[in-house]
Parts: sequence; structure tokens; C-alpha cells
Amino acid sequence: MNFDYTPEQEAVKGMMEEFTSKEITPYAAQWDREEAFPWDAVKKMGQLGIFGTALPEEYGGSGLDNISHAIVAEELGKGCSSIRGIYSVQVSLVAKTIAAYGTEEQKKRYLPGMAMGSILGCFGLTEPNSGSDAASMSTTAVEDGDYYLLNGGKMWITNAGVADVALIFAKTDKNAGARGITAFLVDKDTPGFSTRDIHEKMGLRASNTGEIILDNARIPKSSVLGKIGKGFGIAMATLDNGRYTVAAGCVGSAQAALDYAKKYAKERIQFGKPIAAHQLVQQLISDMAVDIECGRLLVYKAGHVKNKGVRSTREVSMAKYYCSEMVNRVAYKAIQVFGGYGFSGEYPVERIYRDARINTLYEGTSQIQQLIIGNLELGVQAFV
Amino acid sequence: MVCIKQVPDTTEVRIDPEKGTLIREGVPSIVNPFDEYAVEAALRIKEELGGKVTVITMGPTQAVEALRKCVAMGADEAVLVSDKAFAGSDTWATSYTIAGAIKALGGFDLILCGKQAIDGDTAQVGPGIAEHLGISQVTYVQRVLSVREDAAEVERSFESGYEVIETPLPAVMTIDKSANEPRLPSMMGTMKALKKEIPTLSAGDIDAREDLLGMEGSPTRVKSTFTPQPRKGGRMLRGEMEDMLKELVQILREEKIV
Repeated sequence: MNFDYTPEQEAVKGMMEEFTSKEITPYAAQWDREEAFPWDAVKKMGQLGIFGTALPEEYGGSGLDNISHAIVAEELGKGCSSIRGIYSVQVSLVAKTIAAYGTEEQKKRYLPGMAMGSILGCFGLTEPNSGSDAASMSTTAVEDGDYYLLNGGKMWITNAGVADVALIFAKTDKNAGARGITAFLVDKDTPGFSTRDIHEKMGLRASNTGEIILDNARIPKSSVLGKIGKGFGIAMATLDNGRYTVAAGCVGSAQAALDYAKKYAKERIQFGKPIAAHQLVQQLISDMAVDIECGRLLVYKAGHVKNKGVRSTREVSMAKYYCSEMVNRVAYKAIQVFGGYGFSGEYPVERIYRDARINTLYEGTSQIQQLIIGNLELGVQAFV
Repeated sequence: MVCIKQVPDTTEVRIDPEKGTLIREGVPSIVNPFDEYAVEAALRIKEELGGKVTVITMGPTQAVEALRKCVAMGADEAVLVSDKAFAGSDTWATSYTIAGAIKALGGFDLILCGKQAIDGDTAQVGPGIAEHLGISQVTYVQRVLSVREDAAEVERSFESGYEVIETPLPAVMTIDKSANEPRLPSMMGTMKALKKEIPTLSAGDIDAREDLLGMEGSPTRVKSTFTPQPRKGGRMLRGEMEDMLKELVQILREEKIV
């Protein structure tokens, strides 16, 4: 067993630390306040090959391993969870799925652009009435000659309003349940495809979240991703990728909260000494540090399993469940260290606290992760 | 050719009170920020005119990390100049050594340096290299306007403005921070830098006299260094304006200032 980073991972970390500290952290509060999609930063991430970190070299990526991929998410998460979310959706949910299931033509069409950020993607699984129970979706795809006609609506879709291509899950067979779901790659200029932005979110205010409306959208059969009826399996495998970088992002956000709290604890004087010298503040700091370290180890363990190329559902669900809850605990404690100042927008811990909340909800709630882990432990399915 | 220096990443550089030199242990190292402007200037010239950018630094073996950063930014080649014989070099010996390395490498059309290093702050090594090589120098360059086969035109900055200078090539230019915004390393560049073979030149490999290297070759000695005493905080007067004014006048009289 070896807990050290490889030289590549070390180099990725150093590069990403510099990128985040220069291009993200200084602007995160402004993006949050203005609900502004960070186009400049996203373009730079593309130009610098950040989106391509863990994408195959033959399609314009750097072909690095899954731990490097987590390090990118972690470092982005330190600066801004919205940016980390954009990365997760672009790479883990869409590009890696095309790399895994796409035809040669689909890979050539989308992956180089996605690696360079000139093509943005979004992932359309959730619907207004279908969240945790994804197989209950009502979006349909009806065969029409060489095309499929897609009808329905997707909800809470990150990048919906900015994406060039949407990975859409729809039922090609309404009576077959999960086995009737198929994945489609839908370009944004497809007639019948439209989006509507969702505003006034509690957190992730710099990321674009929206609805997707499919009104007789005609999709060529060449845009089916994977096989007909295999969409549910693709969605679940994809979520193992997405949840992995969510967990890594949580580690980064939590680390940032701890770093801010440590700095403040050494500066803030109460009872004649820095509050860092008070035992109960040290307790808060040490609890945060241990919690983060546990989360980071779960993420890297999941990355290790992914690197072996075997199924990582168990490790990923554990990492996602733990880290998403952990970042909420850590953000809470960071604000506790800051006292009243932490409750104001003057310090970044307030934004980290709001941004933390989504993590136990999206890409499978904590309860869904518990059911996945419970099922794998017991061999007994608690949901159909 | 871009000459760079690895420097401690801190504004609170500690000084060894006995030796009078910088304590580098435990302080993270970076590429001297002014040198990044020089690297960026070189990369832009290369993008416009072609050619090759080589970065060079004199320093301990870990200075190779600073060279890798420049390769990650886009430099083509990197050379480390490192030998125990160089230890204790002042700015004369340092510029003599780097000039010797440049000669050994076969000379260059254009040599760029940062205007100064943020640790020593002397701004002497760049001009020193030009003197040792016997070529022209332009300091405080804020913009490279054009580069031709045998000459270059640049803007040279002053506190009160700038002048446009034409210099024959080869020449040494020291680059000011107003020149550009240094690019960040890309993922591909970072991976390329990691695999880059970086040769080391030692005292025997460079075109220089051994008795003029290191401490022995350095005409200057640091006799003493000291940290200035922090200024005492001022005294704040509080209360109504009228009372504060009376108090102020009284203090000024007591202190015999008025």
C-alpha cells in the first residue's frame, strides 16, 4: 500500500493549486453574488486542458488516472463549488460516458471539443416527478424512420442553459421499466429542444441549473448512445463517475473551510489570546481535520478501485455519502469558529456553507447512497 | 534564452543572523515573479517569430523545479547550472557564471531576465550578464515592440513615463512586470515538463575561470544585516471633536512640536 501521490498526481496538484488560487478563488464571491456563469474561467479551463485531464489522449485529453481526476475536482472545489460542478458534469457525467459507450464517430465528434471546453455537456436524467426513482421517468422516445421523436421534460439539470450537447435518457419502451430506457446525445440546436434557467438557488449560484423541454425533438438514430434499452445501466455507471468527483469536490470545499477557519482562529483575539489557543476551538479544528482526512481517503480509495478498472459502486457511494455529509459538518463548524462574522457574506465560509447543502441531494441523495451500500452489504434490495 | 531564479515564496524572508544570508529551509519555492514576465515575453516572441526558448538558472539541485514550471508554461529547453563551487556567489560571480554557461551553450540572439529577484532585489545579475558577455543591455523593458534579425525595438519604463529604444542583437533585456500577464501552465505542459530531461552544467562545463566562481570570486561580502524595528503604533484620540482638538493641541505643545 502506498499513500503517496505519484509524480504526475503531484504535478497536477501543483498546477491546479496555482490555477484555482489565481483564476477562481479571487472571483468566486462575485460569481455567487451575481449568479454569473463563469465563462472566462471555464474557457481558461478548456484552453489549459483541465477538462481533458482524465479523458483519453487520442481524443485530446491528457489520459491521466482517476486520482488525478479527483485532485482536479478537489482543487476546483477549494475555490468554487459551482466551477467544480461544471467540471463534474462536463467530464464525469458526459465526456467519460461518451468515451465509454460512444461510437468512434460520436467520440470524434464530441470528445476533443469537450476536452478543450469548446463543447459543453449536460446530463438529463432527473425529471419533475422522477428523482431518486429514475426508472419512473416519463420522457419518451418514439421511433420515426431513421429518427427518434423525444418528448418530455428534464429538471435540475446542471449546465442545461450553457451546454452544446445534452445526454438525455428517455423511454423507448414504456412497458419495460428500467429496461426500456435509452440514452441519446441531443445537440442544443435540435428543433424542439429548449431550456429554461432556474434562479434563486440557495447555493451553486454561479453554475447554470435549468429545465430541458423536449417537444417532438427529432434525433437521428446515430445519436443513440450505447444500445437501445441499455440507458438505465449507462445512467447508473455514469453516476458512479459523477458521484466520485462530487465527493472529491466536497473534500476540497471542506479543506478550504478548514483553512479559512485556522487562519481566522489565529488572528481573532478573545479573552486576551487568539481563539486558536482555546481548547474548544481546537476541538472544532481537530474534528474538521479528521473528518476531511477520512473523506479524502475514501475518495482516493474509490479512485484506486476505478484505476483497476473494476466496478467501484460500493467505494464511490461510500465516498459520496460520507463526503457530502462531511462538508456540511465541516462548513457548520467553520462558521462556528468565525462566530457572527461567519454568518455574513464578508467571509467565504458563508458561501461554502450554502454551496455544501446540495451535495447530499444531487447525484443520489444520502439516503439513496445508504440504500446502495445497504444492498451491497446485505444482498437485500430495499428499493425495487 | 531566459534566465530565471528560484526564490522563497514569502514576503517574510528570514535571514540567518550569523551568516547574513537567507534561510531557505522550510519555505516553499517559486519562480521569481519578474522572471515569469520574462518567460512570457520570450514565449510571445517565439509565437510570433518562431525559434526556441531555453530557460537557465543557477542554483541548488532543487532549482530544477523552477525550470520545470517554465517548461510547463511552454519553454522548449531548460538548463540547470549547479555546482558546490558556485556556493556563496554574489551578483558579480553569479552573472559571470551564467554568462559562462551561456557561452558554453553556444550563445543566444536574445537573453531575457526579470528586472530583479524578489529576494535579493539587486537588479544587478541581468546587466552583469550583458557586461560579462560584452553585449548590449536594456533594463526595465515594459514592452517588446519588434524583434528583427539584428535589432530589437522596446519600450523602457521610468517612473515618469517610458522611452522607445532600439538595441542591436544579441542583447540582454530585463523585463518589468507591466510587460504582460504570464500564462499559467497547461495540463499538457505540466506533463511534458515532468518528463523533460534537464541537463546540469557544473563548473567544469562552463566557459569561466574557476578562481572567479563562488565565494572566492565574489568581490562583495555581506557585513551585517538587520531587521528594522517595527514602528510603534500611533495614539488614537477619541471623543467629541472639540475635546479631541484641545487634547491634540496640548500633546503637540507637551512634545514641543508647536
